[in-house]
Amino acid sequence: MAVHTSGQSVAEAAEPGRARGRRRDSAGAPGTFRRGLSTHWYAWTMVAPVVIVIGVIIGYPLVRGVYLSLTDANERNVERSIGVNHLPATYEFVGLDNYADALTGNQFLGTLGWTLVWTVSCVTVTFGLGLALANILNRRIAGRSFYRMMLILPWAVPGFVSVFAWRFLYNEDNGLLNKLLAGGGIDAVPWLNDPTWAKFSVIAVNVWLGVPFMMVALLGGLQSIPGELYEAAEMDGANAWQRFRNITMPGLRSVSTTVVLLSTIWTFNMFPVIFLLTRGGPGEATQILVTQAYKFSFEISPRDFAQSSTWGVLILVLLMVFAAVYQRVLRKQGETW
Amino acid sequence: MTTTNAPAPATAPAGTPVRGRRSPIASAGLHLTLLAASVIAVFPVLWVLLTSLKPASYATTTDFVRETTLRNYTKLLQDTEFLTWFGNSLLVAGLTTVLGVFVAATTGYAVSRFRFPGKRGLMWTLLITQMFPVAVLIVPIYNIMSNLGLLNQPAGLVITYLTIAVPFCAWMMKGFFDTIPREIDESGQVDGLTPFGTFWRLILPLARPGIAVTAFYSFITAWGEVAYASAFMVGDENLTLAGGLQKFVNQYGAQWGPMTAASVLIAIPAAIVFLLAQRHLVTGVSAGAVKG
Repeated sequence: MAVHTSGQSVAEAAEPGRARGRRRDSAGAPGTFRRGLSTHWYAWTMVAPVVIVIGVIIGYPLVRGVYLSLTDANERNVERSIGVNHLPATYEFVGLDNYADALTGNQFLGTLGWTLVWTVSCVTVTFGLGLALANILNRRIAGRSFYRMMLILPWAVPGFVSVFAWRFLYNEDNGLLNKLLAGGGIDAVPWLNDPTWAKFSVIAVNVWLGVPFMMVALLGGLQSIPGELYEAAEMDGANAWQRFRNITMPGLRSVSTTVVLLSTIWTFNMFPVIFLLTRGGPGEATQILVTQAYKFSFEISPRDFAQSSTWGVLILVLLMVFAAVYQRVLRKQGETW
Repeated sequence: MTTTNAPAPATAPAGTPVRGRRSPIASAGLHLTLLAASVIAVFPVLWVLLTSLKPASYATTTDFVRETTLRNYTKLLQDTEFLTWFGNSLLVAGLTTVLGVFVAATTGYAVSRFRFPGKRGLMWTLLITQMFPVAVLIVPIYNIMSNLGLLNQPAGLVITYLTIAVPFCAWMMKGFFDTIPREIDESGQVDGLTPFGTFWRLILPLARPGIAVTAFYSFITAWGEVAYASAFMVGDENLTLAGGLQKFVNQYGAQWGPMTAASVLIAIPAAIVFLLAQRHLVTGVSAGAVKG
């Protein structure tokens, strides 16, 4: 198993049952450990840099973050230096109060609701458009490489630049979109200043940003489906829809499940689009969980570190639960992932 | 997944000619769809490019081209800190990339080739850290950096970005090492090389394209990062590009001239490199992320 064929590696890595079994074997007596050390020291030395880095700059902050979420830490009571004076931390442990507050109050649940709407609509529309374009590009059509290049372009531009480009287009008074509408005799649309329009606008931008990746990944999947399958189906008299339904969709399954999972996680955490386009506004209309957590610690005064950490931990838990459930459902359907 | 990087018509399914007959109407429909999609994809970028070439007084008009001028660019380079921000971004993203690739290379190899206790846990950790929302780590890292006096320092941002780059690089490089046949390792061992020697002398040179792609990916990730950069860097001379661009467009008004010029200067080199490298990038995504 040491050599993974590229398709199987996640499947194997992601199987918790086996992971548990393996760990039980190795966590035995010190003798086992010593024997392990002599056989595996090469491997362990090679992974050591990453393990150390992850432990120090991810593990430690993560533990601190979880701890902060159990305290009432804010800007005024954390350890800090003012000039030469060093003030020690004075925040206190409050147990699960922050979690109780978040889960019983309206704000978290409200933001969660919009975050789910945002994620589901972005992923659905992006996947739909990506699949349609990939299917078209997979046909023999003149200028295919040209179209492909054009369609990939949004992916090539750094995300924050694109987002500012869209802000420019969306500008209510003199943005291009409203000028074009005015040319057609339509009143200016408050793209980013009206809660409903703002929601629509941020989703549109995120879809625009996400389609190229989706399209390219699905195109790769399509090109790996053997042409003979289509030929055989055609011989048997299957029409285009039946071929799509029974050959293309199953053939794309492993690619699409992976890109949907990735794209869901990315969209759920999509900080720059919301932050740079609307800052969560107007009001809190477009605030997703991540941007709201950021706001707690960096945009309000006093900065509420505890609340921010609490939201951060909740986001992580939600995503991990989602990934686990997703994987379980797939496995139940016979997918080996 | 070698097929992903072969978009040339030559790879069209063998059966295509047989069923390739399309009515002219269907063809026109396909072309129209693709054209519309291409226009939507390209237009925002093109519009920013055009605007950057217009005098400030016309910046918000719908005229395509009137009085092309480079004044936005000269003003941007002379009167703003753009070059400083550019330098900061270059420094931070470059250091992140080099350190990330350097730290992660051996791990990618070990995970690809060896079975060892702890491997599964490590793979899980690498996978899960990639779904960490910025919100989980940002506060503790901010506080730690603040205590260490590293806020507002490029070094602080580099360390922070390593939290993103290291798991990602390790995961992606594993994908590339997986594509190198194991017989090469075996031949190295027959010739008496240690696992390190095999890695260093045989595998690393072969994996050079994969490493280049991984490096490029982590570079553009760091180049485009917004959340940490906005929170950790303040003061005009410390900003990176993501923070700097925000200066031009804030709630008090917008200087579209310098904003569009800056956007072009940031985007065009990135886009050119990206489009040149994209075939390999797609393979990289499939090897590292999509196919895991």
